[in-house]
Amino acid sequence: MLPLILENVSFAAGGRTIIDGVSFELAAGPRTVILGPNGAGKSVLMRLCHGLLSPTAGRIDWRGTRDERRPRAQAMVFQRPVMLRRSALGNVTYGLKLANVPKAERERRARAVLDAVGLGAVGDRPARVLSGGEQQKLALARAWALEPEVLFLDEPTANLDPGATREVERIVGDIHSSGTKIVMTTHNLGQARRLADEILFMSAGRLAEHAPVERFFAQPATAEAAAFIKGELPWD
Amino acid sequence: MGDIGSAFAEAAGLILAADRTLYGIVQLSLAVSMTAVAVATAIGLPLGALLAIRRFPGRQVLLVTLNALMGLPPVVVGLLVYLMLSRAGPLGDLGLLFTPEAMIIAQTILVIPIVAGLSRQVLEDAWREYEEQLRSLGATASTAAATLLWDTRYSLVTVVLAGFGRAAAEVGAVMIVGGNIDGVTRVMTTAISLETSKGDLPLALGLGMILLAAVFVINAAAQIIKSAAVRRYG
Repeated sequence: MLPLILENVSFAAGGRTIIDGVSFELAAGPRTVILGPNGAGKSVLMRLCHGLLSPTAGRIDWRGTRDERRPRAQAMVFQRPVMLRRSALGNVTYGLKLANVPKAERERRARAVLDAVGLGAVGDRPARVLSGGEQQKLALARAWALEPEVLFLDEPTANLDPGATREVERIVGDIHSSGTKIVMTTHNLGQARRLADEILFMSAGRLAEHAPVERFFAQPATAEAAAFIKGELPWD
Repeated sequence: MGDIGSAFAEAAGLILAADRTLYGIVQLSLAVSMTAVAVATAIGLPLGALLAIRRFPGRQVLLVTLNALMGLPPVVVGLLVYLMLSRAGPLGDLGLLFTPEAMIIAQTILVIPIVAGLSRQVLEDAWREYEEQLRSLGATASTAAATLLWDTRYSLVTVVLAGFGRAAAEVGAVMIVGGNIDGVTRVMTTAISLETSKGDLPLALGLGMILLAAVFVINAAAQIIKSAAVRRYG
């Protein structure tokens, strides 16, 4: 289904323009990090790409063949994981059921992915009594089990402590290694350096820069990006 | 005071003696109200879920109507059902007037707005939390509704209990459509009303005590199950 192409995409709500004429193309392979200050429109941009929101102008285009019978080719992990009131395992098999995975295969696949994120021991515990870090790992497992071609992550570590953050970053790396395209938002510069292959830098609803990570941090092309990297972006 | 004291004593005697009339009345009451609540739940919960999830023209009007109907006076419902079921009414041929079925119909109508209105609130709050995740996973509206109903099941127990409380406590509707016929349509509330006006306080009090106890026990059981489940499943 990749590349994902946005052409002049805008999104407005309540008379306010949140995304303003954004165009880019995301290819399979490199981990893309959408970077920018709070309120830059990162999360909204991600929801537009994932299809949770529809652009008010412009086009979003997925290339390549799209076989509707296959499991959905994209998944998303949110900043605050939404845990269904059932076991950790049940949360994963729920997603597989919606993806039309045969019943016989669901539990096997769910157990394997829970093991892969380090939750193998708590699969039968209710998801809602897990810690915040475990819940986010479970959300990653639920998305990974779908074997998506693209995984969107919206500030997945914003509410986590450093230990859980490291774990989540490791899992995101593993998911990438398994062949899934990663698209992730963050406002954390260190995380962007650790995880990104390329950076989409958003500022005030516009795409300010689209650059490989080394070049972005070494030689930011815009004043906004330079200020953000130095931690001096003005509040506006 | 002496009158009240002896009335209580006599009432306790009737309960302990397992008085047949008394227990017949209790049995019919519970059967009518529980059936009405079951039917109202089967209709009200999907209706509540629909209102919580779907946005459609006229939804606001429907919500206001539903909330207003939560306070529907039972006598008015009784009167309307009476008009429908009476011999000259559109459903007169069914011959349901003055039967337990008529009472079930009336109480069902009373309870549906309670179950639908309160569950809509519970489900809408849950939907606000779940919507993006469920849409991301590709849930259709009906799958989402089923998921929300299952995930809010403990809160919905309280909603159904509120409906049961309404049905078990009302007297106006069952009096009008049931007729308070001894041995056929006499339930606790209509019997209490009749015996009090006749001056037979012990029977009225005995029934009142059983009614209170029944409502108390059902609520307590539900509360215990709910809090145990919440502790266990979060």
